[in-house]
Amino acid sequence: MTDRADEDWATARRQVLRDAAGVGVAVGTYGVSFGVLSTSTGLSVAQTAALSVLTFTGGSQFALLGVLGSGGTPVSGTLAALLLGSRNALYGLRMAPTLDVRGARRALAAHLVIDESTAMAVSRDDPRSARLAFWATGLAVFACWNVATLVGALGAEALGDPATLGLDAAVGAAFLALLWPRLRDRGAPVVALVAVAVALALTPLLSPGVPVLVAGLVAVTVGLSWPSVRLAAEGGAP
Amino acid sequence: MTPGTAWVAVLATSAGCYLLKLAGLSVPERALDSPRVRAVGALIPVALLAALAAVQTFASGRGLAVDARAAGLAFAFVALLARLPFLVVVVGAAAVAAALRSLA
Repeated sequence: MTDRADEDWATARRQVLRDAAGVGVAVGTYGVSFGVLSTSTGLSVAQTAALSVLTFTGGSQFALLGVLGSGGTPVSGTLAALLLGSRNALYGLRMAPTLDVRGARRALAAHLVIDESTAMAVSRDDPRSARLAFWATGLAVFACWNVATLVGALGAEALGDPATLGLDAAVGAAFLALLWPRLRDRGAPVVALVAVAVALALTPLLSPGVPVLVAGLVAVTVGLSWPSVRLAAEGGAP
Repeated sequence: MTPGTAWVAVLATSAGCYLLKLAGLSVPERALDSPRVRAVGALIPVALLAALAAVQTFASGRGLAVDARAAGLAFAFVALLARLPFLVVVVGAAAVAAALRSLA
């Protein structure tokens, strides 16, 4: 019986580790893009690498360089990055009972609370697999993301003029690609369209970066008052 | 933007993003876990990423412009519909914009 359980765990363990490695490699392609686009925005290689090591949440990193690249102030860039990073707090809430970590382990686990580690952990049924999936995916993504960032950042220096290469268009494409899987959420298409309309309408009126922040807040407010989203948020119909 | 200001933005973003992650692991589960908070949490990334994509593509300083970047975004849209991988979407968008500019 114990042998059987050990064998099952060995199989489950192998599968979790293989999945984690696969996610890490896939995320590496985002990392290369981030490295290239960050240095073409004007951040140095050291600043780009520091963002990937210390911030370690891709959406926020792209948001910061998107706002800075369009002439926004560092303050509005940081605010956009933090708003986008606020979802990680919700992931942390979700993961806390499963991880059950204190002290230094909690401080370390916190850094790994990102889209991929959370998604891989919540898709496992038993807590032991879930914990392994969180740590393995988090560490695999951390390693791949940082190596890939450095490769992209150093490679970009050799590439040449960002506008000639169309890298400014690549940043918009990266945001659309990050948005894409989220459009299936309830109310998401409406929120996205409102955000686009508000951001573009305010661009001639406010300094760069600020329209993005206002658009984010207005669109979320509209989304919450949308009937199906409101019902779900109030715990009513699914 | 001086290198110093950029460093301040990099470090402030890093510190803030880390504290958000740590807060999630540290606060009592029921403190924030209402359906409304979850709905806001799901909608914020949607709104910000959509706004960022639009501004990145159509803003030109304080004006709006439809140029080679829009063609790049259109390519990205089609590539995502066709379920192509991230790198193809991003590199393809850059290539389309670059090709249009070299023709102009």
